[in-house]
Amino acid sequence: MNTDTTHLAIHARGLVRRFGDMTAVAGIDLDVPRGMIFAVLGPNGAGKTTLLRMLATLTAPDGGTATVMGHDIAAAPQKVRASIAMTGQFASLDEDLTGRDNLIMLSRLWGFRGAAARARADALLAAFDLSAAARKQVKNYSGGMRRRLDIAASLIVTPGVLFLDEPTTGLDPSARQGVWQLIRQLAESGVTILLTTQYLEEADQLAERIAVIDHGRKIAEGTSRELKAATGSGVLHVSLVDQGQLDGAADLLAARLGAVVQRSPEGAELSVLAGTAADANAALTALLDAGFTVADFRMGAPSLDEVFFALTGKTDPTAPTHSPLEKAAS
Amino acid sequence: MTDITAPPTAPQRDSHTPVGGAQGIAALRHVAPPAPPGPMSNALVFGWRAILKFRHVPEQLFDLVMTPIMFTLLFTFVFGGALAGSPGEYLQFFLPGILVQTVVFNSVYSGMGLSTDFQKGLFDRFRTLPIWSLAPFAGLMVGDMLRHLIAGGIILGIGLILGYRPEAGLIGTVLAFAMLLTIGFGMGWVFIVLGLVVRTPMTVMTLGFTILFPITFASNIMVDPATMPDWLRSFVDVNPVSLMATALRGLMSGTATLTQIGLALIAPVVLTLGLAPLVLWLYRRR
Repeated sequence: MNTDTTHLAIHARGLVRRFGDMTAVAGIDLDVPRGMIFAVLGPNGAGKTTLLRMLATLTAPDGGTATVMGHDIAAAPQKVRASIAMTGQFASLDEDLTGRDNLIMLSRLWGFRGAAARARADALLAAFDLSAAARKQVKNYSGGMRRRLDIAASLIVTPGVLFLDEPTTGLDPSARQGVWQLIRQLAESGVTILLTTQYLEEADQLAERIAVIDHGRKIAEGTSRELKAATGSGVLHVSLVDQGQLDGAADLLAARLGAVVQRSPEGAELSVLAGTAADANAALTALLDAGFTVADFRMGAPSLDEVFFALTGKTDPTAPTHSPLEKAAS
Repeated sequence: MTDITAPPTAPQRDSHTPVGGAQGIAALRHVAPPAPPGPMSNALVFGWRAILKFRHVPEQLFDLVMTPIMFTLLFTFVFGGALAGSPGEYLQFFLPGILVQTVVFNSVYSGMGLSTDFQKGLFDRFRTLPIWSLAPFAGLMVGDMLRHLIAGGIILGIGLILGYRPEAGLIGTVLAFAMLLTIGFGMGWVFIVLGLVVRTPMTVMTLGFTILFPITFASNIMVDPATMPDWLRSFVDVNPVSLMATALRGLMSGTATLTQIGLALIAPVVLTLGLAPLVLWLYRRR
């Protein structure tokens, strides 16, 4: 067994956190190598934020251990704090102060004095394209500007690990692109980034590794490609001539392939994970033998959406986009 | 067969202009932390924040002093003659009391500010910084002291304009303000606890005034309790706010006894000793 964890930015074993009767995090192991963008993917309430807060020393775990940049979160929280920064889900800024004053305040708390604190604030504002708004109160900032300032506030001192809790939730597409780009630039400069997201596309776009979390447990981990491969060779998409036959066909496919059948937003197409091409072929044959008239079919690699549903066994056919998770844009 | 061989989408590194022009965040690489600042320095930064708040939100000062100004004018001119023979005599009695009331009411605001900070997630950021964990509270206290001094100064100024004269002169007034700050410091803990426990700033304010109205009115701030029914007077006599008002009158008129001062200090000292550890415990637990 490899016990050398010095190459790891985060090393967690069996983290548990309960809130009353509810177990938010039910024993999670996590190894994040230094310099990597690592995504924790899961629906609302999966335990992502609690996991992040434990690693950032904001919430004490009820069980398990973790080190961040080599420091134990329970035994040496101040050392952990000295090597991390956290940007929470809601912009953690003083709305009454200007953007510049917020950064000066935090620079001073880190130990920059007088002119050095002001210089650091100005450098951050320039780098984050906020110089023009430097002397505006944060309450007048747009969502994207707030998020940029919030991330800037996490970079007063270059952190070893940057925690980003749902960094693009609530942002418009262009602001989201801007934040993604910032995250990539930061990773290139050597900062380890642990981000949570409920958007599959975000994890797919940004992260080198993804841990999928549901109900406080890690249900899968790997690269985007590994996760897709782990769920079988592909997805069988079938559409029928007669829409009235969809329910029957879905039942048959589910029975033959032993997987959850997803219905497309328009309800006209069924998608189901197939273990192999031969399995898909057999299922199609069974469908035709049972008298269903297939209009079209094709095999595709699973999208992360489908991977997620295969892993969690969740399906929500009533929702227009069939998930709380954003469909991959391309 | 649309995407069976498609690789995981590659990051689009060049699809947008780098944020911040050519330099971008590359200019920010690898800034090591400076020497860690001490607890006092941390606390002063939070105090500086409180001062900035005055600059950016000057209307909060208006909130702080409008009520006591109105009380001073109303009680002096409307009730003063009836209560004490003449407005001038009443003001001499009332002004030290309204100073106490001002400070006690003002301490609600730090609880509200704290509740707001928690709601906005600002404290999450503070708590992930390698700073003295009580620094944000010490900073709140610094801000409170400033608020008390400013509001107290304005009320005293108005009193002087209306004809109030502190018989103990400058030294008595300075001692009285030192007493006011001590009272404010002690009362501040009550509302910091409320700010930590209660979810919304509005609830902190409502709860705060629910506590404060009875204890400031059922005191000797506005009237001598001699005409009150016995049951009420027995409360008024031991009400910490009465003890504070008595000591402040004594300090400003030069007649204060050590007993009066000691009695006035009981509540602030007990509140500090009892609630400061509770605040620390609540804060670490959140």
